[in-house]
Amino acid sequence: MIAVVNTGGANLRSVTNALSRLGAECRLTDDPGLIASADRVVLPGVGAAAESMRRLEAANLISVIKSLKQPVLGICLGMQLLFASSEEGDVDCLGMIPGRVVRLTAGPGVRVPHMGWNHLAKRIENEPLLANIDDKDCFYFVHSYRATEGPWVKGWCDHGGLVPAVVSQGNVWGVQFHPEKSQDSGARLLRSFLEL
Amino acid sequence: MLRKRLIPCLDVRDGQVVKGVRFADHVIMGDIVELAQRYRDAGADELVFYDIKASTVGDTVARSWVERIAALIDIPFCVAGGIHDVASARAVLGSGADKISVNSRALARPELIDELAASVGSQSVVVGVDSRHVGPNPQDWFVFQFTGSSATIRNSGRRTLDWVREAQSRGAGEIVLNCMDHDGVRTGYDIPQLKAVRAAVQIPLIASGGAGSAQHFAAVFTEADVDGALAAGAFHSGELTVGAVKKYLNDCGIEVRS
Repeated sequence: MIAVVNTGGANLRSVTNALSRLGAECRLTDDPGLIASADRVVLPGVGAAAESMRRLEAANLISVIKSLKQPVLGICLGMQLLFASSEEGDVDCLGMIPGRVVRLTAGPGVRVPHMGWNHLAKRIENEPLLANIDDKDCFYFVHSYRATEGPWVKGWCDHGGLVPAVVSQGNVWGVQFHPEKSQDSGARLLRSFLEL
Repeated sequence: MLRKRLIPCLDVRDGQVVKGVRFADHVIMGDIVELAQRYRDAGADELVFYDIKASTVGDTVARSWVERIAALIDIPFCVAGGIHDVASARAVLGSGADKISVNSRALARPELIDELAASVGSQSVVVGVDSRHVGPNPQDWFVFQFTGSSATIRNSGRRTLDWVREAQSRGAGEIVLNCMDHDGVRTGYDIPQLKAVRAAVQIPLIASGGAGSAQHFAAVFTEADVDGALAAGAFHSGELTVGAVKKYLNDCGIEVRS
């Protein structure tokens, strides 16, 4: 069973729909017991970091999520929550990956939010989440903040320079884009997560 | 590189897709989910569902069709029409939409944009702008309200360039600029107006109104530097396919998702 953590974001249904289309049994839940016992855990999120952290705290989920040993996938804001802190609302996050989440910098032709389809311009070889992804695959991005660089970054998109798009450390993975909204490319990536 | 987006817009009334030509005399075009799937398979990058009836008579969009689409469609989609407060926005997003778009309601009460951005995040808040040239000077563009019916349409009195700047500062994540003088006539996008709006705001801008050929898409991307181009009738009639337009854009050196 895949536990999709109810982070209180508005469109979590997209994530459960995408996993269901792949034949996975999934539950949208904020039950600590269900999350702890799930085979895999997805941490989705749309909205603001501070509000989502408050919600996780109110549901007593922070220590549960931090102690997970099974594969965890953070999506978009959910990926950002995996980091130590976020500039958005200057809030402490889960700290499962060191580093901070900072605001994207707008510039000529570089719009913020970074909204739309982009490909992974650079990828670390042998990253299992990206086993079936190549230069032709595009993913749907919608974000105004980005993770900082570090050994945890496994894939980058190009938006006014390389921006971390895929991260992993230990049993924890994160994608800045929305695989659940990235058509066949996203489905292939989610399939890889289910096979980790 | 961020790809330029092609966005078919499906006008919805009573759960059915209708085609709008100059916002009058709508014709029912078919089942909404079937059409959404058709466009997804054809390579559409995003879909907009514009509930014409909801915006003029004041009811909210029926969540059931949003849920039906979300269960089947794995590309982003935006719902416009009937979003009048945070609760209705959350309901539509909770049903599986990725973005909501506000237009007349935001003109009536601009604070709505702030409230939506604070609640659901700017990335999900699109401000739709129906704009038309009225006046002696080239930049005399004005925003129109309640454009779903000729009985309700009216000039809001707001200048388009002022309004898009205000929308951005209030937290809009994207602007869809519908150039009414070009809507439905398929003679090309309103490049001068789109260029002016492009220069006025930094958030993503989607062009709407006037698409009739693949060349029109290439022109609006290269000349107005918009992030996406929306079209309805040209796609719905079958005159243009998303795939053919993308091939043309690719041949022109404009990066699109293949």
